[in-house]
Amino acid sequence: MRGIHKSFPGVYALKGIDLDLHGGEVLALLGENGAGKSTLIKTLGGAHLPDRGTIEIDGRPVTISSPHASQHAGIGIIYQEFNLVPALTARENIFLGQERTTGGFISARDERQRADALFRRIGISLAPEARCRDLTVGQQQAVEIAKALLLDARILVMDEPSAALTLKDVERLFAVIRELKSQGIGIIYISHRLDEIFEIADRVMVLRDGEHVGTELAAALTRERMIEMMVGRKLEDEFPKQPAERGEARLVVRNLCRGRAVRNVSFSVCRGEIVGLTGLVGAGRTETARLIFGADRLDAGTIKLDGRVLTIRSPRDAIAAGICLLTEDRKAQGLVLGQTVRENFGLPNLSRFGAFGFLSAAQERSALTRYVDNLQIKIARQEQRTSTLSGGNQQKVVLAKWLEQDSEVIIFDEPTRGIDVGAKYEIYLLMNRLAAQGKAILMISSELPEVLGMSDRILVMHQGEIAGEITDVDRATQEDVMRLAVGEAAGTR
Amino acid sequence: MRKFLQSRFVSEYGNFFVLLLLCAYYSFATLEPYDPVTPRAGQTLARFIVEQHPQAAVVIITPDGDQNLVYAAAVEEVLARGKVHVLAKIAGRPSDAARELQALGRANTHVDFVITQYAAAKWPILSEAGRERLAAEHPSLRDVKVVKPASYTWPTFLTHGNLRSIMNNIAIIAIIVIGMTMVIITAGIDLSVGSLIALSGVVAAVSVQRMVGDAEPSLGVLLLAGLLAVGLCGLVGLFSGAMVTAFDVPSFIVTLAIMQVARGAALEIAQGPSPIEIKSAAFHLLGGGELLGIPNPVIVMVVLYLAAHVLMSHTALGRYIYAVGGNPEAARLSGVPVKRVLLFAYVMCGALAGLAGVMDASLFRVGRAVAGQGYELQIIAAVVVGGTSLAGGEGKIFGTFIGALILSVIQNGMNLTKVESKRQLIVFGALILIAVLLDRLKTRGTKTA
Repeated sequence: MRGIHKSFPGVYALKGIDLDLHGGEVLALLGENGAGKSTLIKTLGGAHLPDRGTIEIDGRPVTISSPHASQHAGIGIIYQEFNLVPALTARENIFLGQERTTGGFISARDERQRADALFRRIGISLAPEARCRDLTVGQQQAVEIAKALLLDARILVMDEPSAALTLKDVERLFAVIRELKSQGIGIIYISHRLDEIFEIADRVMVLRDGEHVGTELAAALTRERMIEMMVGRKLEDEFPKQPAERGEARLVVRNLCRGRAVRNVSFSVCRGEIVGLTGLVGAGRTETARLIFGADRLDAGTIKLDGRVLTIRSPRDAIAAGICLLTEDRKAQGLVLGQTVRENFGLPNLSRFGAFGFLSAAQERSALTRYVDNLQIKIARQEQRTSTLSGGNQQKVVLAKWLEQDSEVIIFDEPTRGIDVGAKYEIYLLMNRLAAQGKAILMISSELPEVLGMSDRILVMHQGEIAGEITDVDRATQEDVMRLAVGEAAGTR
Repeated sequence: MRKFLQSRFVSEYGNFFVLLLLCAYYSFATLEPYDPVTPRAGQTLARFIVEQHPQAAVVIITPDGDQNLVYAAAVEEVLARGKVHVLAKIAGRPSDAARELQALGRANTHVDFVITQYAAAKWPILSEAGRERLAAEHPSLRDVKVVKPASYTWPTFLTHGNLRSIMNNIAIIAIIVIGMTMVIITAGIDLSVGSLIALSGVVAAVSVQRMVGDAEPSLGVLLLAGLLAVGLCGLVGLFSGAMVTAFDVPSFIVTLAIMQVARGAALEIAQGPSPIEIKSAAFHLLGGGELLGIPNPVIVMVVLYLAAHVLMSHTALGRYIYAVGGNPEAARLSGVPVKRVLLFAYVMCGALAGLAGVMDASLFRVGRAVAGQGYELQIIAAVVVGGTSLAGGEGKIFGTFIGALILSVIQNGMNLTKVESKRQLIVFGALILIAVLLDRLKTRGTKTA
């Protein structure tokens, strides 16, 4: 790709990007949210046509004007959100639009054999007749990869493939990537997890504000240098945890139960404390948070705040009692994407703006302006639709709406998932501030460095139960946490 | 073109321009000559005589009829004020006019002007031949000039009466459209409104009958019957809403069922499709009366639209309705009482359908179990044409009103331009398709942007 330019109304998204990808290499594409990674990928996938610039594949210039043209050119793109039909089987999904037919009838046997061959080729064992909705996220990803390979993709683009995967699945994914590499396929790998870059990438390309900052060999880079390239300045400390004054217990939950997902969970969070809640995917962390927030019904258990037993039947009750939850899935649960920034910001806070049941847009606007300034939310207007914002800015809008609530207990569920290093840092600072104000903070996270770096205390869940608690966070290691998470060791350290 | 369609301007005011264009088109297409017979035209004519021929001797001749009498009186009044001599004033048939003129001729009274109007001007006695014959018999009638107000061209579409009939036709439907807009913004739909019109009208009529029999009902009885009908429809809405919220049944299915049930119930209560009379002048006032020259249904409609606009744009409840339609899960997790919001929308839609039913019964003085058939489709069409997305989360109350107006204007315009009713159906179908297509183009735009 040479000199790729692309601009949208009001945004100059790509300013002359050059990208070289060799066969059989993994090129990591790094950059903060809004740096232009997605736009660059979309010019490859045929979703956007570049304003200027050329794309050559194997020395031949190509014009990628549609997703179909992209496939035809040998490019396979695996987006964060999969393009699979849940009700169809793995085989049917792979051959969707490419059905093998004999005399007008689908030849299932032929398709099955080819699907098996594709799975063998990437070293995954998967039944072609399993329905996609029954597959794990990792297996669905394998189906997507197989689908791309069926179309003879020579270039594979993976947009945050590891974001929703468990550790085990990530390892499996890496094995697949190495296998594809050895078959001469060029891979563009996008991720926010720097550790992975070192493990899998050959070269690293960094974008910032639509510009090409540099491309270097992964082996020649350090973590600090990568962050510096991405944010354009040195970050002193990735996790700026400040010890806050720890006070009396504020949130106390006892014997929370819901089916098999949450079993007898008891813990407390104190004034000024950040408690990390971690575990493998499916261990019951989010489910626990949803119980406390009233999003799901309790089978049993009690929730106390500042010594008072709360009756929480809905999120509305929880919010009224002073508990808020920043959900892990911003798009599906955190925001009404079709609505404006101001409408989303106001949603839980409308009773604060206006009088006699009538809303005051002016009050709402001035409140939001404060957060836009403090959190440095990048928006053009308050009436901008949230669907047009980058992930980091969307998360900041979610933060703003809950900060305005001024809740006493704040539950962050994967607060930094899918957002860039700079925005992460700001969110950590914000957590510090909230803790210093005497709030009780529960932080759910799968990223162990984050859990270890930001928590005063760590709770680890395994199969719906609290498997253990780590109080001496400074001396704990990722291995200590993982042992509890997989259920090897139990007890308190 | 795509960009133009997606601009904020078009998405918010586009259908208003469509409405203006339609009005302009039908104004042009219905241009017709008019011969005014109004007091004002008479005054203008009389003033001309007073100013130009103050010494003239005048006879006023019109056919019989209220409008003509008013016209003639206006002419006479101005002439009298200007001291012009009015020899005679005739309102009647051609023979009356001939008799009077001949009498004047026999008395050898000089006549300068005959003031008349368009219809009488064509009578034989006032035609050129008739006047020549008169002049030949009576020298005093030699110089008679026949004058009438000047005719002019004006679009029938833009006449007072026609605009009024557009508003009258739309009022009852437009009231339900408010509720439907709310339901559709929550990403639901309510097919039962047409049947509820019937149910409500029948319940109102039957309860009046039960309470007072054939006697003249008191205002209290009427109010009670009306409230009963509206309340019942609100309850039906509550039931639909409860099915949707508690059991997650698609609103399409629930209200499709309710549509049948309500129609059946209306027929049951009315004991058949024949109308039930409500003999009360007071009751007729709601749908058939007027205030300051504006029909009552139109006043009710305007008040309701203003209230609905304030509700949707300036209250928390309105904001919640949009949020629930846009993303119910995110709304719930933001503390929005999602179920109550949904229930409100369905109750509102049901109650407004009930109110429309009572007004319909009031207008026609009967409760009919067959009223409102197929209205639900017209109403949904108005919402869609008004720019509300069937996917929920978007839409404006005033947009909806304009949508309802567009449909009404097209229907009226086609009637005026004498388009056959079968063709009208085709046009309406096509119109709905175009509206939905435009909606798709718009939403596709916001997704890729």
